[in-house]
Amino acid sequence: MQLAHVEATHRASDTGTALAVRLDIYRSMMELRAFEKRAYDLFLQNLVKGTSHLSIGQEAIAAAFGVAMRADDYTFATYRGHAHTLARGVPMAPVLAELLGRENGLMAGKGGSMHLTSVEHGVMGSYAIIGAHLPIAAGAAWSAQYRGSGQVAVCFFGDGTTNIGAFHEALNFAAIWKLPAVFVCENNLYMEYTPIKDVTAVPHPAADRASAYGLERIIVDGNDPDAMFDAATTALDLARSGGGPSLIEALTYRHGGHSRADPGKYRPQEEVDSWLARDPVPMYRQRLIEAGASPQTLDDIDEQVRVAVDAATEEAKAGAPPGADLLMKDVWADGSASWRN
Amino acid sequence: MAELTYREAIARGIAQEMRRDERVVLLGEDIGAAGGVFKGTVGLLDEFGPRRVRDTPISEQAILGAAMGAAMTGLRPIAEIMFSDFFAVCWDILANEIAKSRYMTNGQMSFPLVIRSGNGGGLRFGAQHSQSVENWVMAIPGVKVVVPSTPRDVVGLMAAAVRDPDPVVVLEEKALYPIKQDVPDGEIVDELGKASVLRVGGDATVLTLGNMTARAVAAAEQLASRGIQCTVVDLRSLVPLDTQTILREMGRTGRLFTVEENPRLCGWGAEITSIVAEEAFWDLDAPIVRITTPHIPLPAADALEDLALPSVERIATTIEKAMNS
Repeated sequence: MQLAHVEATHRASDTGTALAVRLDIYRSMMELRAFEKRAYDLFLQNLVKGTSHLSIGQEAIAAAFGVAMRADDYTFATYRGHAHTLARGVPMAPVLAELLGRENGLMAGKGGSMHLTSVEHGVMGSYAIIGAHLPIAAGAAWSAQYRGSGQVAVCFFGDGTTNIGAFHEALNFAAIWKLPAVFVCENNLYMEYTPIKDVTAVPHPAADRASAYGLERIIVDGNDPDAMFDAATTALDLARSGGGPSLIEALTYRHGGHSRADPGKYRPQEEVDSWLARDPVPMYRQRLIEAGASPQTLDDIDEQVRVAVDAATEEAKAGAPPGADLLMKDVWADGSASWRN
Repeated sequence: MAELTYREAIARGIAQEMRRDERVVLLGEDIGAAGGVFKGTVGLLDEFGPRRVRDTPISEQAILGAAMGAAMTGLRPIAEIMFSDFFAVCWDILANEIAKSRYMTNGQMSFPLVIRSGNGGGLRFGAQHSQSVENWVMAIPGVKVVVPSTPRDVVGLMAAAVRDPDPVVVLEEKALYPIKQDVPDGEIVDELGKASVLRVGGDATVLTLGNMTARAVAAAEQLASRGIQCTVVDLRSLVPLDTQTILREMGRTGRLFTVEENPRLCGWGAEITSIVAEEAFWDLDAPIVRITTPHIPLPAADALEDLALPSVERIATTIEKAMNS
């Protein structure tokens, strides 16, 4: 899909969002970008074990939602979940340490890159089985509705998820119960290594299915942080006010491959170039300067993020491997792994 | 004291917990206005209303996923999967998500939820609505499994499951739904992981579960008249497993039999046999004998299904033959 064909229903080259909020989004995007680049560097040093899936190029979506969400809202992410976790305010060091398999990791090394979770920040898990977390997010939304808490469950997933059964079960379920949930499809045009258009019956894998569940067809330029923030705010407000779920298709592009094992060579170079030209981070920086932000303010943010990533890296690397006592811990709520007396 | 059927005991056990705890909510297919396809939830919609008793679409992944999401955020849901064979369409949510997420998150989350499901054969429903899947479920690290064999135990184990802070699968034996028993009035709460010694005899120890329990007891009574005295232990809970009671009761007789409705391979008796072989081998006077459904899909015709499931006669004959050999 070329950019010329992106028919986003939300555009926001000029927005009513306050500059301070936009600077928060910018800072978050910078953090996500810097973190993911550092994670990639650490792969190359063979310090990150197992697999990892980066969000470089897709930061605007997680960052805009992170700023738009209420502190007690719930995030449900996928195996490509570093960005969504950090965007809720989870510190970088424990996330990086989790990638390194250290005891100071977010889950003491028991989850790894694909399962980042921080309940205290509302990050209710990153799920590595495609589609599974949509019904789980619906359940958290049901709980919020039942308790009258005003919380919203936001569930991020990729375009490939739209072809698995759990996606359809969850959307129908959330729609009929009018659950306070926002389902965000990050359409980066590829399900793993295969173009999503080659394996999907409709051009827009999420938005073109929305009508099947009585939902509005929403397509957003996922590389436009202002458009994403507007879409997020609208959907969160709708959910919080009892209006039920939304399904947002955010068009974006990952700069790298699917995972650390994938160089992404199946993508035409002109396509990659056209999306690199729309890299959300420098685009947003330029837009904020045009909107009146001082370059010095942005430079200060960049420098603070750089310092923070370096400090987080050192803190993560200083962590010890998890102790053997963790192996048999926390299968059950009493902390044990015992299945017999 | 009131005479209750097994199916009525389900609603009583759930109602006991819903009255006590506002966080307990119910979801599943046809559980509300219809009262459940097996009539296990009759009256709950009337008493607790549609906010707490919710009919769902035929969407097993959504049912278990919603239960999981609700449990991790403060509710104590009871989800129904109508037939336990249908676990196969939502296995990901049970085996990958519910079971693993506490461990993976280093204990950040708990999943205090109950999954009820109609289990087992005897109703001539054919292979896709009859299987005993207790061995599937007990193979998942992170899920507890109980199988009540009487109306009283339905109430007590349901309550224990609801109050437990971990995910518990309650397998309701479909063949037992119509059976009746006098059940004491008032609150009944059991402890998970406690087997019941139903009958004491000095010659052989017979371990059983769920729908096989009454058959094992009937077989033991037949054998008593033929001079073989059996202890019968209803396991009630596979995870946690009451290994202490199993080893104690086996040690008293030196002979061990299991009566299992699950298909043979990796049935619950195989794990128990392994535990006994490792930990109490010298207490055995003879080889352990497992009496199970053969390793086949269940046939529909009554004549064939009756041949497949362990019958009172097969249990008695197998034990007698082994004891006399």
